Amino acid sequence: MQNHRTFGPRGLVFLAVLLAAAALVPASSLLTPAGSALHLSTYAVTLVGKYLCYALLALSLDLVWGYCGILCLGQGAFFALGGYAMGMYLMRQIGARGSYANPDLPDFMVFLNYHSLPWTWWGFSSFPYAVLMALAVPGALALVFGYFAFRSRVTGVYLSIITQALTYALLLAFFRNEMGFGGNNGLTDFKDILGHDVRSDGTRAALFATSCVALALGYVVAAAVTGSKFGQVTVAIRDAESRVRFLGYRVEHYKTLVFTLSAMMAGMAGALYVPQVGIINPGEFAPANSIEAVIWVAVGGRGTLVGAALGAVLVNWGKTYFTGAFPEYWLFLLGGLFVLVTLFLPQGILGLVDRLTARRRPGPPAERPVAPEEQVLPRPVAE
Amino acid sequence: MPRTAIVAALLALLCAAAAPAHAAPVDDALAHFTADKFPETDRGIDELVASGAPTAPAVLGALGDGRLLFDPGSHRVYYAEASGALDDAATGARADGVAQGALKKVRLNNGIRSKLAAALGGLDLLSPDRAKRLAAADTAFHTPDPKSLAAIDAALGRETDPAAKAALLQARAAVVATSGAGPEADRLGAIATLTARGDGDALNYVNQAAAAPDASPAVKNAASAAASSIRFTLSLWQALQNAWYGLSLGSVLLLAAIGLAITFGVMGVINMAHGEMVMIGAYTTYLLQDLVAAHAPAWSEASLPIAVPAAFLVAGAIGVGIERTVIRFLYGRPLETLLATWGVSLILQQAVRTAFGPDNRPVSAPRFMAGSFHLGGLEITAGRMWIVVFTLAVFAALQVVLRATPFGLRMRAVTQNRRMASAMGISTGRIDALAFGLGSGIAGIAGVALSQIDNVSPNLGQSYIIDSFMVVVFGGVGNLWGTLVAALGLGIADKFLEPFAGAVLAKIAILVFIVLFIQKRPRGLFALKGRAVEA
Repeated sequence: MQNHRTFGPRGLVFLAVLLAAAALVPASSLLTPAGSALHLSTYAVTLVGKYLCYALLALSLDLVWGYCGILCLGQGAFFALGGYAMGMYLMRQIGARGSYANPDLPDFMVFLNYHSLPWTWWGFSSFPYAVLMALAVPGALALVFGYFAFRSRVTGVYLSIITQALTYALLLAFFRNEMGFGGNNGLTDFKDILGHDVRSDGTRAALFATSCVALALGYVVAAAVTGSKFGQVTVAIRDAESRVRFLGYRVEHYKTLVFTLSAMMAGMAGALYVPQVGIINPGEFAPANSIEAVIWVAVGGRGTLVGAALGAVLVNWGKTYFTGAFPEYWLFLLGGLFVLVTLFLPQGILGLVDRLTARRRPGPPAERPVAPEEQVLPRPVAE
Repeated sequence: MPRTAIVAALLALLCAAAAPAHAAPVDDALAHFTADKFPETDRGIDELVASGAPTAPAVLGALGDGRLLFDPGSHRVYYAEASGALDDAATGARADGVAQGALKKVRLNNGIRSKLAAALGGLDLLSPDRAKRLAAADTAFHTPDPKSLAAIDAALGRETDPAAKAALLQARAAVVATSGAGPEADRLGAIATLTARGDGDALNYVNQAAAAPDASPAVKNAASAAASSIRFTLSLWQALQNAWYGLSLGSVLLLAAIGLAITFGVMGVINMAHGEMVMIGAYTTYLLQDLVAAHAPAWSEASLPIAVPAAFLVAGAIGVGIERTVIRFLYGRPLETLLATWGVSLILQQAVRTAFGPDNRPVSAPRFMAGSFHLGGLEITAGRMWIVVFTLAVFAALQVVLRATPFGLRMRAVTQNRRMASAMGISTGRIDALAFGLGSGIAGIAGVALSQIDNVSPNLGQSYIIDSFMVVVFGGVGNLWGTLVAALGLGIADKFLEPFAGAVLAKIAILVFIVLFIQKRPRGLFALKGRAVEA
């Protein structure tokens, strides 16, 4: 566990690995010949780049769940909103190269008889604006949603369920053609990003490196927040919300801030994800996606940051492998993972590692957060 | 054959000058069919109906089936019976000795076919069978044709059955209103009849009566007054119909949520596998239906009622299994039960998918659930009605179990004060398992009903889980009556929003409403008061 204002040895290793990958992987992909033992195919680079985006999403979820006790089942919504912001920029870059060759309107708008660009799309031909929106839209949604929810003390399971309702409502909304975001098909057929072909090896490598750096930055921010006094208050809220409130802290402000920060990180993850996979559609809002992100965090170890990222990469690597090799068994495995991790590994893989190393080296017990107990749901009377 | 020559001569005369008939009207009418031209055939049908010939239904039926033949030389018309034997069209007598090879078929086109259907309807107006007369009057109402006025009037003169008479009067009113002809008093009477009927067709006809070029001011006034009166009646019925649809949707929501109200509301367990219990209930119904069809076909009508206890037992047993193996280790950690049961739901879905395949499984409806009936201006499908009744029965039964049985008493004791209940000698572990089994079993029962209106596929449960949670949270956790009110209220609200906003937007609006509502009242519509809430 990191001490205050440091990343701890584990965090430093994590950062070093990320930065090394940011430099070495593109080099291996671009500079070595295709047959070489050191060569990484563009497919592999993109795949791992995708995992890194998931890792950033998991990191954002760990920030709210592991350090503030807010189990958000709608984290995927922020991810998808960020993705849509980037997707809209990429759509605008297609310009007149679409099937209908309309310089102002994306293909689906021509198809749906739009005559001018809806106001929601204004400004998205500018890259900085799109990046800003990928941060601001999820952030604003989380700010408003969180402020109202936390102010009225919606906690625990209730909060989880209304965040799920939020992403479900957005799923339904984005499926509608009238929303002006491509409806069912979403946004795809991207051509350029910042003037470079999105499908070229160089762009893919650059996107990979960007994802590494973004994840590293996300980690630094999250570690700085959780290591600060502010972070200690959020951990206190996680463990005993009422007591913190009685001590005079404005619990809802802390929660809203953490929630907003986490949503912005998720939005950034989505924005990096879309150019790498080449499509964004309403399916990303599916509640199941958000719940899957929760299991990444749980597998890696909640409240550890590094573990969340690790869990995301491991589970998704397993998913890629199993859905290819044994598609029948993937859901059994994922379901089993949910059950086993919650029953036997409440601290995740990193928690297990800590326990094993602590047993081997007798000494001062590793400083770990107390087993985070959620608020116990009242067991009310049947009427 | 001199007779043939006469007919031929007459026919020539008829074609040249469209002269009035000289021979028997049947022969004149039939003669049109031998011209082998569509307009002539058309006229033949009219005249045949007007002639009232006893062979007319047989001839028109044969024409529709392509069995009406004529001899181009002799200009006689025959119709072939199903056996292949020929009958003379004018007399209906068996026409032996006519060489079928020399005959030509009377040709049809779509215009003739629809004309024929109307003509047969006109004949049905006089049918001795009351149901046939009613159906014919209804058809005449829906396809008003000025030409059928004479047939309707003739039928009205003979009709004695009051219902058939009323139907005929309405048909006549429709014809008069749409024809734009007839005396003013007749038209006013038609408008009054249509106003009394008061449905969408009536509104349409009344508007046509008002728009007729020669409509007098009195007719116009009466028509516009009638139109607004009909519109008001219609909007009332529409509101009632929406309320019924809402009730129907609400009962489905209630059925899906009621088991969750036990596991989540009463026990405090977040069971994300609840939807899969519904799915298992639906698959139990499917399996049982197949078993019954294979081994006891005589009982196939009863397979659905048998499925109710079967689904309860299967889903309940699986629920008990889940509680004993997973959930009992996680009491007091609701968020972790959420994750673990989500995992269980994935496993169950994939298990069903592996066992039965990803396709939808057909579950047939028993006869008593098929069809629909009208209640005033309401259209009620029998299947939906039974689901509403069934849901309320399940709800009532659950209340009885919770309030009037020793098990219900123990369950309430455990949920209120676990340690005290344990000290009183109640086996809390056993009660937990049984309560979870009860909630799961009710989900299974919901699956039996939902198999009738939804696709039985491994994804069946997924579509209900979010809605179910919304209903329970909205109604207030731990309160079964709250669940009832929330389910029916949300169902009705959804159906009233749908006409303005469309189905998807209505659903979004409901979700947003619930999210906002939870902010205002975090404990739901009927929050429990007292210390238990603040735990």
